[in-house]
Amino acid sequence: MTTLTREPEQPEHAESLELDRVTIKFAGDSGDGMQLAGTQFTNTSAVLGNDIATFPDIPAEIRAPQGSLPGVSGFQISFSSSHIYTPGDAPDVLVAMNPAALKTNIADLPRGGILVVNEDEFNETNLKKAAYKSNPLEDGSLSSYRVFRVPVTTLTARALKDSGLTAVQIDRCKNMYTLGLMFWMYSRPLETTLHWIGEKFGKNPPVAEANKLALKSGYYFGETTEMFATHYHVPKAKTKPGLYRNITGNEATALGWLTASKLAGRPLFYGSYPITPASDVLHELARFKRFGVKTFQAEDEIAAIGSAIGAAFGGSLGLTGTSGPGLALKSEAIGLAVMVELPLVIMNVQRGGPSTGLPTKTEQSDLLQAMFGRNGESPVGLVAPATVSDCFYMAIEAWRFAIKYRTPVIFLSDGYLGNGSEPWLVPDFDSLPKMDPNFASDPATFQPYARDPQTLARPWAIPGTPGLEHRIGGLEKADITGNVNYEAANHNKMVHLRAEKIERMVQDVPDIEVSGEESGGLLVIGWGSTYGAITTAVQRARAQGKRVSSAHIRYINPFPANLGDVLKRYDQVLMPEMNLGQMRLLLRGKYLVDVIGLNKVSGRPFTIAEIEAKITEMVG
Amino acid sequence: MVTATREESPLPVLSRKDFVTDQEVRWCPGCGDYSILAQTQKVMPELGVARENIVFISGIGCSSRLPYYMNTFGFHSIHGRAPTIASGLKASRPELSVWVITGDGDALSIGGNHILHVLRRNMDIQIILHNNEIYGLTKGQYSPTSELGKRTKSSPYGTIDAPLHPLSVAIGAEATFVARSLDNDAHHLASMLLRAHEHRGTSFVEVYQNCNIFNDGAFKDFTAKEVRADRMLFLEHGKPMIFGKEKDKGLRINAMKMEVVQLGNGITESDLLVHDETREDPSIAFLLSRMDYPEYPVPVGVIRAVRRPTYDELMTQQIDLAIATEGEGDLREIFLEGDTWTVE
Ligand code: SF4
Repeated sequence: MTTLTREPEQPEHAESLELDRVTIKFAGDSGDGMQLAGTQFTNTSAVLGNDIATFPDIPAEIRAPQGSLPGVSGFQISFSSSHIYTPGDAPDVLVAMNPAALKTNIADLPRGGILVVNEDEFNETNLKKAAYKSNPLEDGSLSSYRVFRVPVTTLTARALKDSGLTAVQIDRCKNMYTLGLMFWMYSRPLETTLHWIGEKFGKNPPVAEANKLALKSGYYFGETTEMFATHYHVPKAKTKPGLYRNITGNEATALGWLTASKLAGRPLFYGSYPITPASDVLHELARFKRFGVKTFQAEDEIAAIGSAIGAAFGGSLGLTGTSGPGLALKSEAIGLAVMVELPLVIMNVQRGGPSTGLPTKTEQSDLLQAMFGRNGESPVGLVAPATVSDCFYMAIEAWRFAIKYRTPVIFLSDGYLGNGSEPWLVPDFDSLPKMDPNFASDPATFQPYARDPQTLARPWAIPGTPGLEHRIGGLEKADITGNVNYEAANHNKMVHLRAEKIERMVQDVPDIEVSGEESGGLLVIGWGSTYGAITTAVQRARAQGKRVSSAHIRYINPFPANLGDVLKRYDQVLMPEMNLGQMRLLLRGKYLVDVIGLNKVSGRPFTIAEIEAKITEMVG
Repeated sequence: MVTATREESPLPVLSRKDFVTDQEVRWCPGCGDYSILAQTQKVMPELGVARENIVFISGIGCSSRLPYYMNTFGFHSIHGRAPTIASGLKASRPELSVWVITGDGDALSIGGNHILHVLRRNMDIQIILHNNEIYGLTKGQYSPTSELGKRTKSSPYGTIDAPLHPLSVAIGAEATFVARSLDNDAHHLASMLLRAHEHRGTSFVEVYQNCNIFNDGAFKDFTAKEVRADRMLFLEHGKPMIFGKEKDKGLRINAMKMEVVQLGNGITESDLLVHDETREDPSIAFLLSRMDYPEYPVPVGVIRAVRRPTYDELMTQQIDLAIATEGEGDLREIFLEGDTWTVE
């Protein structure tokens, strides 16, 4: 653990300016190491005590041609001295490592913004690859920005000329040089990254040394050159006391699964097929062998869920994870889990659709698929985390419902949450409530489809229990005995029982809370990853005296018991969502409230400004 | 949780009746599935496994009804996916005896992908494929093992797709145990089921099963009692490949092909192939898997039985090793991975 508080020494020539919040976008070719630079800037800022939020912008192509527009990879980080909920609408600073990175990102940089470019890469070939007719550094088109032209390639090569590395290896250190410069610009210490380099390249000391030297050289370049008249300082944020670490949504989700397994005292089995952006969860869980976690990389999405159902039948926490198209493939098996009433959790890290769609971009357009995308009446539980940290808690919640009610539960996050990161207040395991798998064991009273009077859950009777031999399957079950049964009255009863069981889960769903007015005015209600943008937009509107409140739905099936009453208390209700109105359809259908939609399907998250604009339109 | 293993306590003595359920068997009278069920129930007490540790998992089709009639744990799942459910169960509970009951359509058409992968992983389960070369439950369409040109309801002009040889598929998918039996030879069938159970790894057993409603007599040209000796080859490990009522015919390899030879006229037993089910190299097993009547006698018995670590074994080993070398997982340590900081 490190608690770095030391501020770097102030250089003489540059004035230091205190800022509340800064948003930087690092952009470069996929090979330029921008994700790495961004992650390091994030960790350092987090350790320094800023609140942070990040948004990696990863190209869909794995290896697009170098210098091309599709090959641009970006990482946006916002860091602040107060609490922030989003990685920022627009960057204050754009770091562009080549012409393609400039071209794809300059439109987001507000006039007057800071632009740091690696001028070495603005040669004829690269300009052509980025479809520039003339060099933007020369033709005056960037005159409304504060442009800093830094010959990063040359300076890195000069700094590392004695490193003994090849030219290619030296070139790969450009990101560290740039990062060093940005560290100086925003008064960040180098220790966290120096330490990380030491660990990462420990097996290759020359490379480790070169990266460290590049980082320091970039820092000293900022300190000694006359180019930068100002550097900036963002003080620590006043956050809740405690021990923090930086975490991504997918990491938080994986830890949630692991924690659920410990809380239930049952081993975790994860069946999954690689798919963007859910694969990171598979990678994380595959590391946890010493926790007894079993990960099964299946031959396809169907096998992935099949294996999870098999593990659930055997008494493990059977989990499967995927993204949109994978959920479509799993739908028949989810129906089976509904019929056999076994605990099962399905994670869907949503991405842009339909079909293969936009694998690396974010969307919330699988909501109705998750709710209804199966044959027959096949209700399942549905939860959606609101923030990166919430991924951890909602993952545990998903299991709590699945185990208690013996039902599949879908956990719906998205690429924006999964890949984004924020500081995470490390939880205290002992304070988290345990879960009881409550296996059946008594042959004298055992009936496969007898139900708990309160939850309507059937017994979880696992192989290995003498006297509980029984058969389950996808054919309609007779009430109580679980034998195959095609009778009309029985089917009618069982369809209703399965529906009612899911409805009864509401007894464990906390009421939805509103922040703002008790009633009246505009309620902006969201679900999933829009939480940050909605909360900030509503806070700003309220600061301007507008009568606006916000609420966020985290339990979707069933909805919180008070949701209908809450919706009816306001004059207007707005639902911003990254689809064409799927949650709005559910709310209108269930509560007959005229919810207005704000819908975005560009593969990008909402900006605060977009929601603010809609609020202004609705309440003036 | 109760996880009785074979060694723990002496097992109660059970008989076939203990494995019969109260459910009415719903196959058509005369269906070959009855005899497969009877033999399966009969061998269960001989496995040396507690009844509660036996699980039957099936997909969809006539044969996939079988778990309902087995008084063990059972799971009648969805079409083609039984191997996936069995894999998850076996990987998470290696001590269980897991059986997959499937058919030609279930295993080789809709579930073809899963069959390949469960075999290559060598999950320690038994797969019993009831091959009737037809779709019975959906009332008589051709299946992936129906012969070329077969006329059915969905192929009134004859099929135009070549059939699969199930055992060739299994061998191609790195199967470690491949066997074949037939519904109307109770003794042979029972012995194959027992061998499948004994094998550690995925056991793949094809059973010729007569569908007397939609494909009656599909195998009778060589399985009928009167002609069986001349038209089938009963493989025995370590024995020369001899067949015929008079035990006067045999098999040898000539120009990389199987050749049927008549014993006598200078050809003796020592010229014949000796069956070696443990042979690592799968080429002869593959040649056997492709022997069709009438060109060849149809082989039954254990074609291949080789030992390779099973998936469930390796998975357990990896976990044990990780715990031994890295120590048992500590949640708090994982929570605190990476850089942390304290806010006062
Ligand atoms: S249709 Fe054929 S396979 Fe199915 S039960 Fe009847 S006889 Fe047996």
